[in-house]
Amino acid sequence: MILGVDVASMLLGGVAAGMVLFIVSVGLSVTMGLMGFVNLAHGGFAMLGGYAIAQAMKLWGLGFVAALVFGFVVTALVSAVLERLLYSRLYRASELDQVLFTIGLVFMMIASVTVLVGPENQPLKLPPFLQGQLNLGITHYRTYSVVLIVVGVVIVSGLWLGFERTRTGAQIRAAVDNRRMAESLGINIGRLFTLTFAFGSGMAALGGGLGAEFLGLDPQYALKYLVYFLIVVAVGGLGRVTGVFYAALLIGVLDFTLKKYMPQGGTAFIYALTILLLLWRPQGLFGAKTA
Amino acid sequence: MTLQAAGWFEHPAAVALARRHRLRAWEPIPWLLAVAFYFVFPKYLGFGTELLITVLFAISLDLVLGYAGIVTLGHAAFFGAGAYTVGILAKRAIWNEPMSGLVMAALVAALIGLGSGLVLLRTQGLTLLMLTLCTMALLEEAANLAHDYTGGFDGLDSLPIAPLLGTFEFNPLYPRTQYLYVLSVLFVCFIVVRTLVYSPFGQSLTGIRENTLRMHAVGAPVRRRLVLCYTLSAAIAGVAGGIWAQANAYVNLGTLGLDRAATVLIILVLGGYGRLYGAFVGAVAYMALSHFLSKFYPTAWQLGLGLLLVVIALFARNGILGIAEAAARRLRPRATP
Repeated sequence: MILGVDVASMLLGGVAAGMVLFIVSVGLSVTMGLMGFVNLAHGGFAMLGGYAIAQAMKLWGLGFVAALVFGFVVTALVSAVLERLLYSRLYRASELDQVLFTIGLVFMMIASVTVLVGPENQPLKLPPFLQGQLNLGITHYRTYSVVLIVVGVVIVSGLWLGFERTRTGAQIRAAVDNRRMAESLGINIGRLFTLTFAFGSGMAALGGGLGAEFLGLDPQYALKYLVYFLIVVAVGGLGRVTGVFYAALLIGVLDFTLKKYMPQGGTAFIYALTILLLLWRPQGLFGAKTA
Repeated sequence: MTLQAAGWFEHPAAVALARRHRLRAWEPIPWLLAVAFYFVFPKYLGFGTELLITVLFAISLDLVLGYAGIVTLGHAAFFGAGAYTVGILAKRAIWNEPMSGLVMAALVAALIGLGSGLVLLRTQGLTLLMLTLCTMALLEEAANLAHDYTGGFDGLDSLPIAPLLGTFEFNPLYPRTQYLYVLSVLFVCFIVVRTLVYSPFGQSLTGIRENTLRMHAVGAPVRRRLVLCYTLSAAIAGVAGGIWAQANAYVNLGTLGLDRAATVLIILVLGGYGRLYGAFVGAVAYMALSHFLSKFYPTAWQLGLGLLLVVIALFARNGILGIAEAAARRLRPRATP
């Protein structure tokens, strides 16, 4: 019985962390799958969004939920402008140019945030109704983690529906599978790119805000967790919403469990696993085989 | 063959190819400057040593990135492997003679390069990028875990490095020995890389970079060439790491980190990759700026560096040397072919 409770609480913690990983990474997966763009600045958008949310709460006294919406909108707008002005020039450029450009962008984001707000960690105060413990029958667990899981499930269902059941979703899927063909059929790829890019960055912002409680929020956030986001995307497969979801849950639970039982070698284990997995299936665990 | 009848060796293409590897008039300049630096700025030799090591590391990256076209984010893995080889051997009092220590650093790094290259170079694009990143992160974690050997997060300090050739002491306060030692090693390695790049092997690397499919089609052993290039580059990066550990008499986890890998990439791109001397130009520009700016205005430095990268990626893909070449071409529009 004790073991069961232990396992349950561990799963809950890991799944909650996985949900945040998913919310941040899903945009990255779509950008890379759709545009073939190596966007190392994605963590930067999560960081910017987190800051927008924290500042909105601190300066204007906005509620947590309202601040999340604000962060989503601001980050989506900023990224849409960046996409139109700069990213779009590099869609056909080499990977190296894309890597350099996005690393440069991350540096600029980190420096601007440091100047405007400061280098220290930004505390994000949760509203009272999200604090405390919740009785789940078999065990008590932190309300916030449970809420995160619920939010994550709602988001993944919404995204799945949007991806599989709407016209825009079908267009995105078509463009991921075969961009040229989709373009020939009259799909406005440029607009689709901007839309998905802005939406993905907005999601990253949401993840930055929701995850700040246990990932922290400081300027280095943009680079610190980048490897994790990339691993989730690489394991989940490019441009696959459900793939990224499973991969994020897997990594979240693994990381949470390993940190508890093997605080020393846990991270190394995840890296090694990722290497092996990518050698076995370069397209990711859930990605489609490409020709 | 008509070409032969006409004396094919007089064909402009043949002449250009035969001349490619010749020493150009300006090529001794960086070396003369490096020697002059020793006499003119005796107070800045520590900085100079760091600069030369960075050049060596950037040259090793140029071999894989600039010539073979392998985009890697994990090159510091080999730098760190070399540094830790020297560090552990010296700290455990197994081996502290500097020159043979560098050979061991090169061997260990080359071994890691060969092992990882055999596996990683099957992939390409994003997967390859991720794999190089993960390999480096894995090595960093391993070095962190094995703190009985590596000192973990604190690293190994005050390494007892034996005097060079049994006479010249490494003095951390007056790094004159270090400077000349690093300069000589850089020179030897540079000659090796230069010869390599202009050899048929180097030509086939360029071919692979430009069109992998065609190189397969003409029967070049593409994967073997790439792995060999990766291994050689790893060995040189290992030398750079080993010499860094010797010159500073310490090793830490920073030698293996993403920071170092990203910095060397930035330096090479800033100078211009695929052109040997880009490493020199990039390292001087970057290190001089960072030395004076980052101390007083660290945030402005990061902002400026980011802006610089964005501008390079968007407008000046060939770096400073590329800009200089374009300017020279514009000044002499009717240069002889």
